[in-house]
Amino acid sequence: MLTSFLTDYVRYVLKGGTKFYAWMGSLAVLIVGMLYVFYLQNTDGLIVTGMTSQIHDGLYFANLVFLVGVAAGAVTIVFPAYGYHHEGMHKVAVLGEMLAITAVTMVMMFVFAHMGRPDRLWHMIPIIGIYNFPHSMLGWDVLVLSGYLILNFICGFYYLWCKYTGNPINYKWFMPLVWVAIVWALSIHTVTAFLISTMPARPMWFHSMMPIRFITTAFAAGPALIILIFMIVRNNTKFWVDDSAIKLLTTIVIWCLGIAIFLTMSEVVVELYARTEHANGLYYLMFGLHGLTKLVPWFWSSVVLMVGAFVLFLIPRFRNDMKLLPIPCVMAFAGIWIEKGMGLIVPGFIPTPIGEVTEYYPSFVEVLLTLGIWAFGFFILTILLKGAIGILLGEIKYGGQAVAAK
Amino acid sequence: MALNENSSAVPAREQAAECPVQPASADPSQAVLKTSRRDFLKSGGMLSMSSLMGTAALMAQSDDAKAAVEWAEHFQKNYRLMTKEEKDEARARLERRYSSEYGKQVSVDTTDAQPGVLMGYALNIRKCIGCRRCVHACVAENNQSRGTQRAGEKIEWIQVLRMERGKFEADKMSHGYPEGLGIQVGGNAYTPAGQVLEGQYHYNPEKVPEQDATYMPIACMQCEKPPCVKVCPVRTTYREPDGVVVIDYNWCIGCRMCMGACPYWARRLNVTNPVLPKEEMNPVTHYLGNRPRMRGVVEKCHWCLQRSRHGRYPACVEVCPVGARKFGNLLDPESEVSKILERKNVFRLKAELNTFPKFFYFYD
Repeated sequence: MLTSFLTDYVRYVLKGGTKFYAWMGSLAVLIVGMLYVFYLQNTDGLIVTGMTSQIHDGLYFANLVFLVGVAAGAVTIVFPAYGYHHEGMHKVAVLGEMLAITAVTMVMMFVFAHMGRPDRLWHMIPIIGIYNFPHSMLGWDVLVLSGYLILNFICGFYYLWCKYTGNPINYKWFMPLVWVAIVWALSIHTVTAFLISTMPARPMWFHSMMPIRFITTAFAAGPALIILIFMIVRNNTKFWVDDSAIKLLTTIVIWCLGIAIFLTMSEVVVELYARTEHANGLYYLMFGLHGLTKLVPWFWSSVVLMVGAFVLFLIPRFRNDMKLLPIPCVMAFAGIWIEKGMGLIVPGFIPTPIGEVTEYYPSFVEVLLTLGIWAFGFFILTILLKGAIGILLGEIKYGGQAVAAK
Repeated sequence: MALNENSSAVPAREQAAECPVQPASADPSQAVLKTSRRDFLKSGGMLSMSSLMGTAALMAQSDDAKAAVEWAEHFQKNYRLMTKEEKDEARARLERRYSSEYGKQVSVDTTDAQPGVLMGYALNIRKCIGCRRCVHACVAENNQSRGTQRAGEKIEWIQVLRMERGKFEADKMSHGYPEGLGIQVGGNAYTPAGQVLEGQYHYNPEKVPEQDATYMPIACMQCEKPPCVKVCPVRTTYREPDGVVVIDYNWCIGCRMCMGACPYWARRLNVTNPVLPKEEMNPVTHYLGNRPRMRGVVEKCHWCLQRSRHGRYPACVEVCPVGARKFGNLLDPESEVSKILERKNVFRLKAELNTFPKFFYFYD
């Protein structure tokens, strides 16, 4: 039965039109490029990136942090679906789980990209290696991320399996697992925030607002991406995502975005009013420091994007018209990607703890590797969503012939 | 005093050879190489995984000793958890690889912390003239990467920060903010003093000390509560019983959490394969100290373990022309450092972070 599930699943996913193959093909090209630069980076070293001993976390770490948020954002579907029995959400809950699986996988790839010695990752595995638990926050992060991946994998594929075989879902253990996954989603982003906010050496990050800021930005960027994906699903497959689901997600995006903007504003006021040396990082981000201003355009573009998206969302025409809705969604997603990625990570290192002001800009290798990981993410997301939708539509069914997807 | 960058490195090396108390293998002439490959295989009473892998690689007709040894290195344990035998194996392995790589007999010392010793350091900030001989002596002693082709190939553990002597000036008395608007809330009658700007420890004047500057040398503070150790996910960096925070370079995964956590910017990342010319390589090394590092791992000052565990001063202490640097046993009331702590005005950098450095600044 399991083999027939796998073969039916694969057979269904592989069938597709030119559009599908063109999409997957172009992603594959980027993935090959990624493999090449990953090889470069692991023979010549991190010198091929823009990172230095001064600024040693860059684009990879920024994307890692952001994508943990996207993974956590999947809970904005799962929680209303199971907590509030929201009809429209319940129908698509499994798609959210597929997105979470993808995002966590991408996070793990960014971990590999980030490490100086990925060949030694096994040193972290308990028993054969050493796992500095509970002291190391990175240890906690690895724990919650792999746990989240496993939880979503089990919940998502068990649900699909039941739909495939026609067996009823065993709610006795399925529901507790879903609830654990919901709380777990909060934990992954909280721990990721602790990862950087527990370092007094980096005053820009050293404040207790970090976890809630992470959660709000995650619950804005995550569902914004999910709305966009649902739009694509609606337009390209026979599967229909209910308006009610998209409406609820829109509401979540709007108010999480609003709180995120408020928190950023509070931080700016607190830091710049006193303007101690500890505010240098933020000052560098906003206005530049000692004539170095590479991140200034990033910051202000993210402000424009986030505030602009919030204003557009508040206009009923934008949030109700499904044709216009993607515009503020893209803006919110891009704005948060900048703010929480490069805009948060890089200025944390400027100036260094001994006051040195240097700059960072990603190299071509970093950009290509990052693009490659995103391409890989979309690659597996396409597969996962296509398979899941096939099962939800009943096109992949035990005993039935797999029907070609559109 | 005129600056000569290289003058310091040579005497430091010469003295290394004539040190009276040498570890068994720290003397290059009688190092390792008498351990033949056969001895090496026999001696392992209990063959660890790493030696098995090494043997496998050797039996696979790999003529290249270096390749076989590197292969075995991949599977060795964290240094702190190795048994005596495994430490000896690891040491023999490394000595063989380094010797073939650098074309000279290299010794890798594995001397443990000595009982009753807690190392401490004190720096007389009034005496420092900013000659940066400590920086260069450190690089020469500790086998840092010294390439010049690309940024990042050059690693220095000590920074001597050049702090400008700012001043307040009469003609600026009315300068302030807001400028020309109502009552001033603040003044600008000063020239900023003590600010560290980009590249200021890369200064290179004709003569030191300079009139308009003071100097502030910084390196690893060997904290009693090191934040870097707490964040390390694999415990590759840890505090030794004699107080020095060390790194097992073979266990480091290069995640750089420690670099983010260090409030003194003491740690450096080997962003590429270290550039270490054969003739400049210092063959007297310690496993947790100055042995050559590899790409992708973090390194930092370790108070010259290869010297200090044998009763010698770190290279920077030895080379300092004005005697600003003092080093010794904090548990010995007669040591220089203890006397300084007892009698001088001392302070620690960023004391508010509760890292409790064992590196003290003082002034007369």
